Amino acid sequence: MAKDTVTIRGGMKARRTANAVTTHTVLTLLGLIWLIPLLYLVVQSFRGEPGAWSSTFFPKVWTLDNYRRLFFETQFPRWYLNTLFVAVISCIITTLFVLAVSYVFSRVRFRARRPMMNIMLVLGMFPGFMSMTAVYFLLKILLPNSFQSLASLIIVYSAGAALSYYVAKGFFDTVPKGLDEAARIDGATASEVFWHIILPLSKSIVIYTILISFIAPWCDYIFVSFIMSGVSDTGLYTVSLGMYKWLEREQIQQYFTTFCAAAVVVAVPITALFMWLQRYYVEGITGGAVKG
Amino acid sequence: MPMDLGSFFKRLGRKCGDFFGGFARGDLATKGSYLVMGFGHIRRGQAARGLMYLLVEIAFIAYLALFGGQYLGKFFYGFFTGGSVGTVETHDFWNDATGVYEKIPGDNSFKIILYGVLTICIIVFFAIIYLSSVRESRELERTVLAGKKPQGFRQDLRDLGDKKFHLTMLALPMLGLFLFTVVPLLTMILIAFTNYDASTEVPQHLFRWVGFANFGDILGGNAAMSGTFLRVLGWTLVWAFFATFTNYFGGMILALLINQKVVKHKKLFRTIFVATIAVPQFVSLLIMSKMLTYGDSLEMSGIIVQMVSRIFGAELKFGVGITVTRVCIILVNMWIGVPYSMLICSGILMNIPAELYESSRIDGAGPVATFFYITLPYMLFVTGPYLITQFIGNINNFNVIYLLSGGAPGDLLRYTDGAKSTDLLITWLYKLSLGVDRNYKLASVIGILVFLISATMSLLVYNKSSAVQKEDEFQ
Repeated sequence: MAKDTVTIRGGMKARRTANAVTTHTVLTLLGLIWLIPLLYLVVQSFRGEPGAWSSTFFPKVWTLDNYRRLFFETQFPRWYLNTLFVAVISCIITTLFVLAVSYVFSRVRFRARRPMMNIMLVLGMFPGFMSMTAVYFLLKILLPNSFQSLASLIIVYSAGAALSYYVAKGFFDTVPKGLDEAARIDGATASEVFWHIILPLSKSIVIYTILISFIAPWCDYIFVSFIMSGVSDTGLYTVSLGMYKWLEREQIQQYFTTFCAAAVVVAVPITALFMWLQRYYVEGITGGAVKG
Repeated sequence: MPMDLGSFFKRLGRKCGDFFGGFARGDLATKGSYLVMGFGHIRRGQAARGLMYLLVEIAFIAYLALFGGQYLGKFFYGFFTGGSVGTVETHDFWNDATGVYEKIPGDNSFKIILYGVLTICIIVFFAIIYLSSVRESRELERTVLAGKKPQGFRQDLRDLGDKKFHLTMLALPMLGLFLFTVVPLLTMILIAFTNYDASTEVPQHLFRWVGFANFGDILGGNAAMSGTFLRVLGWTLVWAFFATFTNYFGGMILALLINQKVVKHKKLFRTIFVATIAVPQFVSLLIMSKMLTYGDSLEMSGIIVQMVSRIFGAELKFGVGITVTRVCIILVNMWIGVPYSMLICSGILMNIPAELYESSRIDGAGPVATFFYITLPYMLFVTGPYLITQFIGNINNFNVIYLLSGGAPGDLLRYTDGAKSTDLLITWLYKLSLGVDRNYKLASVIGILVFLISATMSLLVYNKSSAVQKEDEFQ
């Protein structure tokens, strides 16, 4: 009897070990697959041989020359500052807009609330890019001399921010209403409740909104390529547009390794920022997913 | 949700009664407010508020007279008859005095539609402000008659931080939304009912209203175009289906693997996978597209193509063969998207009540049965709406297609109007909006059709989801 139990336990243990080994092997393999393209990008940025195509994964000659070239012989530093500027300003505007709209829809009951939310739901179902031709004309009218500018980009990235209020509203919905009521009884005005009671409790959603809206301009290609199409001054580009052009047929032989270096320079801070604030990102997307 | 027609008309009737009856019953100050906005306010001690209403009225009249009115006229000129948008085409004019042809600029059809939409919206807004100003004026009369003191301007301002705080908060976001989303979107929707394309480019030419002709063309009237549309639509739906489900199940399986008790270094593994989300998509997708480039010779090809050739002796014709390109796109999309759904799934998986697993284990269920009878149904139940959102998101997934294949390979026999065989509706729309293939009317029609698809899908879900219907109580 006792002997039986021991064998069963031993069998289970063996199975668990086998399971652990398989799981770790599978995960390690998958992890490698996931990392290899990124690793390729990094090692290619140190490649000494010229040209776009290499027959080996690792370079034969290692060099830092691509980075030197990137910073001193291309417009990349300018593009980087452009993107940073656009990202910071549009992040501030977007965050304020999103928090304001989501808070109001979550907390205040007024007659136009439902109709507004329905209209915004419908607006959000049109492809965002569809309206760009008209936006282009509008910008031309509003900024006649400089419609292909960073200001236009900021407008494009932040003017429609109200449409993406859902995640933040879902968060505010979970903050107990009793807090507001208690503060109102103590004589606080609605704006004091928002700034002094609710916002300090909403750190995670504020950080989530900031993170998302700061990263968006770094990743956008579609809007910037449309706004800047045919612009003669390439110094107005953002990183994504400029780097995309480097990989076009005419330029790729000359610029591929520079592209890789630039990609590392762009990706490292963004990735670090993302990893640092990952917790808030996960809270945001899971909250959004579960509520639908 | 829409109220029924009967109660709507009852409300409308009551409002009209208030409006006209209020005019008949009102005293001079109230009657005056019907013509000069803010008149009653100024007469009854709300000077600042009244002046602001007056200014709104003056600004509105000035806008119509100096600017909006002319565009409104041109907007409606051919609207019902299928005529041109605007009347004067840009033309050459022989100047006898100088002896040369001069270009006389004509109407800009696009601007006419844009400003026409803007003007109509402004009229609607003005009507709302007007109605609320006369209503206030009537209430003000009653307040004064009852012997109470009307609210002062200082209190009005204080209200903006308190009772009317929502107006303060919404003002700027809604202005931005109105100017840069609503007006442009309405304009582009109207463009779908015109013949605006490269051959009628403004300002050199006028374009005209054509009713539903473009929709007729794309839905069967023009065989080549509707064939292209159906092929692009078909691939868009196939892509959205596979992209959504491969990512969803991939993410779930990955999350289950990592969440197992036996796994050490959970955090390390999670970080490795999350790295691909953190790297900006244009970087990760562009490098992938270059690794997959199938060039004229092996030496001119991407590293993956070279490796496949060396190891398996096979040619990976990415961007040349249709099926292989499509499969590669879906695989690369897993690389981009699985970690994302892994993050979402791990959160939810941890919330599955442990008792469920406990009881299934007691019933003797193995890991596979547990997955299919407990984990999967639970996940599908909780993340149903998310799946639909993802599906719609994938229909509009510009980046993955445009940065990976750019729509290639092309197939001129089966695709027209600049579309290629891995184009989605959204990347086709992009190509139709700029460059050599630009065709604004077609782009707008596609945008509207994408909207109809997304709206239908969402309606199916939203009607079933009680969380949305009872949104108010749900909190």
